[in-house]
Amino acid sequence: MSVLIDENTKVLVQGLTGREGSFHAQQMKEYGTSIVGGVTPLKGGQEVDGVPVFNTVRDAVAATGASASIIFVPPAFAADSIIEAADAGLELVVCISEGIPVADMVKVRQYLQPRSTRLIGPNCPGVISPGKSKMGIMPGFIHRPGRVGVISRSGTLTYEVVGQLSERGIGQSTCIGIGGDPIIGTQFLDAIKLFKQDPDTDAVVMIGEIGGSAEEEAAAYIRRGYDKPVIGFIAGRTAPPGRRMGHAGAIIAEGKGTADDKITALKKAGIRVCESPAEIGERVAEAVS
Amino acid sequence: MKIHEYQAKELLRSYKVAVPRGGAARIPEEAERIAAELGGRVVIKAQIHAGGRGKGGGIKVAENAQEAGQMARQIIGMNLVTHQTGPEGQKVKLVWVEAASEVTREFYLGITLDRAQGKLVVMASQEGGVEIEEVAAHSPEKILRETVEPDVGLQPFQAMRLAFGLGLKDKAVRQAASLIVNLYQAYVAIDCSLAEINPLALTRQGEIMALDAKIDLDDNALFRHADLLALRDTDEEEELEMEASKYRLNYIKLKGTIGCMVNGAGLAMATMDIIKLAGAEPANFLDVGGGANAETVENGFRILLSDPSVKAILINIFGGIVRCDRVAEGVIQARKNLKVQVPVVVRLAGTNAELAGQMLEQSGLSFAVGKGLKDAAEKVVTASRQSK
Repeated sequence: MSVLIDENTKVLVQGLTGREGSFHAQQMKEYGTSIVGGVTPLKGGQEVDGVPVFNTVRDAVAATGASASIIFVPPAFAADSIIEAADAGLELVVCISEGIPVADMVKVRQYLQPRSTRLIGPNCPGVISPGKSKMGIMPGFIHRPGRVGVISRSGTLTYEVVGQLSERGIGQSTCIGIGGDPIIGTQFLDAIKLFKQDPDTDAVVMIGEIGGSAEEEAAAYIRRGYDKPVIGFIAGRTAPPGRRMGHAGAIIAEGKGTADDKITALKKAGIRVCESPAEIGERVAEAVS
Repeated sequence: MKIHEYQAKELLRSYKVAVPRGGAARIPEEAERIAAELGGRVVIKAQIHAGGRGKGGGIKVAENAQEAGQMARQIIGMNLVTHQTGPEGQKVKLVWVEAASEVTREFYLGITLDRAQGKLVVMASQEGGVEIEEVAAHSPEKILRETVEPDVGLQPFQAMRLAFGLGLKDKAVRQAASLIVNLYQAYVAIDCSLAEINPLALTRQGEIMALDAKIDLDDNALFRHADLLALRDTDEEEELEMEASKYRLNYIKLKGTIGCMVNGAGLAMATMDIIKLAGAEPANFLDVGGGANAETVENGFRILLSDPSVKAILINIFGGIVRCDRVAEGVIQARKNLKVQVPVVVRLAGTNAELAGQMLEQSGLSFAVGKGLKDAAEKVVTASRQSK
């Protein structure tokens, strides 16, 4: 098993006709993802590499029975696309777009609250259940099917960790890139809960970074009892306060959200915290052996 | 994006937030003229982005116009050092001259995003004029908070509750409440990421007024505020950081000696961390982004090499969509085109990493190749110690 997506997930691509959308749709199809349609207003009726394009998400869902969508639209229109996907009743929406205004995400979050749609991202690499389905932009070949869940705020650092795992023959059940923005749809805490319920995940890797308090919230939950080993790493120990380290969310503001605060909280919760990003694979191997 | 106090005050005034009368001056004569127009006591305030200006000697009170001119002469052109500028300080190009207020009480007022709730929060405190971070750390109960529900926005009763909470009475309550609502409206209209009034003052005449204003704008929303782009002051930005942004590279100058070039912000931070674990300090944060190619790598090199404190360079690329052979091509090309005098350690993983390794080896140029993150970090730190 896996969480969020598997071989049966039918996926729409919002922004399929764009450069990014069409490229990654092709990559996802090659990985084995069931891409059933695309959405671009005014381009309904066209096809992109054999995938039908619809004008609206509702049309696409009616025609294809899709339950999930991945968004590659420019940041100025991305909030609208997320809300449209939720309005059409999709279970899962993965938003790759980077650079969405915070005010737009405040509205999106409010809109999603009473609804059952789960949002991953924005500004994230997406989700992959190795060997089954990929809804994202990560390189598929570095993954191996297996029993370790991975949750991360960043992109290439996740690839680094997955690379370390696969190298040691440790496969992954699902890897979730939750995104680097101040407001995201799925937090560490939500993802930790998902993996708790998955009988085929034996251990979880949590890769955090400076800024915010999402790692601490997940740690507080784990501290109250979590029956799977959790291995953690926090990036940004050397980052100076007040400077935004690439991700909009990665900033030590008012002395809060430092790497040391987070590491302390994780350790208190019994999470095995890696001092060095190079030792994550090794520590997971110890935990699952 | 950060903006200056005078720009923030002019913006806020247009949203009916009460600020003292004043004007901006680039030369002492102009400051004197503004002071004469205002009449009476004035405050001369150095306009730099960093806080802590008063303690650094960047804020002075003048009794008359002539004195205002003298003080402006001292402040304009000075190198102002505060706890936020670092020891190198920031050159003052401009002062804001405003009518001095007779203050009876000072408060704190701020609006920002509460990330955990995903909602805006308005904060107010009777402990104004001091470092609000200290109040938050030692007596958080002294900070009043109102969460804004996105559906309806900040409600008048919430603003009123904050005003009463500040211990205000009579007409000052109404004035403070309407200032709070107006500040919130400005925040939303111009897509701020932070708006702070510290101090918010109650004057002897019973008026509520914003004596300082700090506004940060959401970079991601600037596309819908073309008019606000003009408020950017590039003199406040690190030269290399500006140069990097031209090439769409995300660069932040730090204090160490190991230049690093990485794709992705998280991996870039992790690379900085492992350099430290290996016993040295990173000279910078440089994220070349998801679409790194030969050209971005060469531009990245150029930025790293213009920093004289860089003693060795570590390139760490995890190829996903980015192909490592393309990156290797860029590294080789840059090495040929630019005078690279410091040792370079390259670590490439992911898509086409093997091919890339062969290309580097066969290039005839001297590269140390890192096998994995730890090995690469150790190699670059050792190399930096041998390099002059």
